[in-house]
Amino acid sequence: MVLVTAAEASASGNGRPVRLRAVRATKVYETRTGLVRALEDFTLDIAQGELVCILGPSGCGKTTLLWAMSGLHALTSGHILLDGAPVVGPRPHQLGMMFQDANLLPWRNLRKNIEFPFEIKRKPVDHERIGSLLTQVGLAGFEHAFPRELSGGMQQRASIVRALAQDPDVLLMDEPFGALDAFTRDEMNLLLLRLWAESGKTIVFVTHNISEAIFLADRVVVMTPRPGRLARVFDIDLPRPRTIEMTFEPGFIALIQQIKSVVEADHHAVEVT
Amino acid sequence: MSEIPSELRDEIPTFGDTSPSRAAKGPLDWSALTSFQGARSALEITVLVGLFAAVFFLLQGILSWTDTPTYVFPKPIDTVRTFAEDFTSTEIHALKVTAIEFLAGLAIGSTVGLILAALLTQRPFAEKVIAPYVLIMVTTPMLAFVPFLRLKMGFGLWPLIIAVALASGPMVMINAATGFRRTDLAKIALARSYGANTFQVFAKIRFPLALPMIIVGYMVGSIFGLLTAIGGEMVAASEQGGLGKDLVYYSSLARMPEFGATILIIAILGLLIYVVFYLVGKRWASWQA
Repeated sequence: MVLVTAAEASASGNGRPVRLRAVRATKVYETRTGLVRALEDFTLDIAQGELVCILGPSGCGKTTLLWAMSGLHALTSGHILLDGAPVVGPRPHQLGMMFQDANLLPWRNLRKNIEFPFEIKRKPVDHERIGSLLTQVGLAGFEHAFPRELSGGMQQRASIVRALAQDPDVLLMDEPFGALDAFTRDEMNLLLLRLWAESGKTIVFVTHNISEAIFLADRVVVMTPRPGRLARVFDIDLPRPRTIEMTFEPGFIALIQQIKSVVEADHHAVEVT
Repeated sequence: MSEIPSELRDEIPTFGDTSPSRAAKGPLDWSALTSFQGARSALEITVLVGLFAAVFFLLQGILSWTDTPTYVFPKPIDTVRTFAEDFTSTEIHALKVTAIEFLAGLAIGSTVGLILAALLTQRPFAEKVIAPYVLIMVTTPMLAFVPFLRLKMGFGLWPLIIAVALASGPMVMINAATGFRRTDLAKIALARSYGANTFQVFAKIRFPLALPMIIVGYMVGSIFGLLTAIGGEMVAASEQGGLGKDLVYYSSLARMPEFGATILIIAILGLLIYVVFYLVGKRWASWQA
């Protein structure tokens, strides 16, 4: 495990080309009570095929960063670069976004939900791909069920299928498993790792759960709350494929404690000042 | 299923269960009228028919026992007999006239109301400025304007169509606006992330999200519209007549069984409106929890 400071984070260590890059990303919101500095001077390079987890307490600007990366809202200053070109609007053909909770449309059944992006893009539905993805996540046979008839885990799996059916190169995931119980979350994490290993996609995964971040990531990027700054980057060199048993090993637990101390130190500093 | 307490039964999703959940029902639970399946429904229907018979014969009994003359209040049996035997071409004609006024008025009023709601909710400031006028229109009895519309527009169907449109339109608008205001940012962002344009966001997110409220607006607006059509005919009917004119005519001649039969037709129309929008809601808005 290697500690990297914020300044060094821009150099991606694994030799693969940089896919997504945030350069001095800053976002200031204007609210009724004044200006909120959600994101400040955030710089990070994400390599092709890398799984990066962005970790931080609630309200630290993680979602702001991800929405900026997906082109859903503009930055106050700084840039997001995808393959070197600035992202100024949605990039439906390269970027796939997974939102907090499953974010399925409740008036559509599962099949219609998964076909929704095809409708928006006005392109023919890839039934074959959808069918094989549904089988992979264990949802075959539930195509006609409505979201409210499914458990949280099943809704989440449907949401993964919806995103992957578009075959985006880069997947941005905003606390997708935040609302799930611990068991279902483990199951979803394993599923995600399996799909990632098979597809080789670049994934940016936002979470506030330290052990989830370590379990999934090649690199864990810790953010400080208000303003959201990059605190530290941890390279996670646990072997793959990863198993749930690894999370009980002393090395893993030591890593949790180390990251926790970084998160809490920043948290404390903010509360004192 | 048997060990699940009945109050929880509706909350627990079951696969392949076709009975409508509590969420699928309208403001009043009249599902007994529209769902004919299973033992539970059979029991409900028995109770429904039994209660109807009880009310029917209780009313008949009270009216006979108190020797209430027919010109004061028609006995239920006479009313039903008149309805069944004398439902002639005159009543059919009156029904047709009222139905045309109602349907044309509702179509015009609701379309304008729906479009205005969709446009205004996009501009919060415009909505704020227009809202008081819509509220005034909702609370104004449009019946009051029928005589003036008659003077201005003559004795055709149009004055009543306009009155129905004025009564139903704002009702549809106010409910639809409530629906369109329910913006779910995450769902709009979802559509945007796949490259949706403004029209696609409206057609595929905002409109479906607003649909349950729009259907409620149509239901309430329709009842308002029907009452305005009939009331308008009572105040100043067209040369064609209508159910409202029949009411005035029969009551002035104290022909109470015919009066009762006309009321019965109107009641059936009202129920029909409810059932139609209940079924529409069940089909298109049952997702709402």
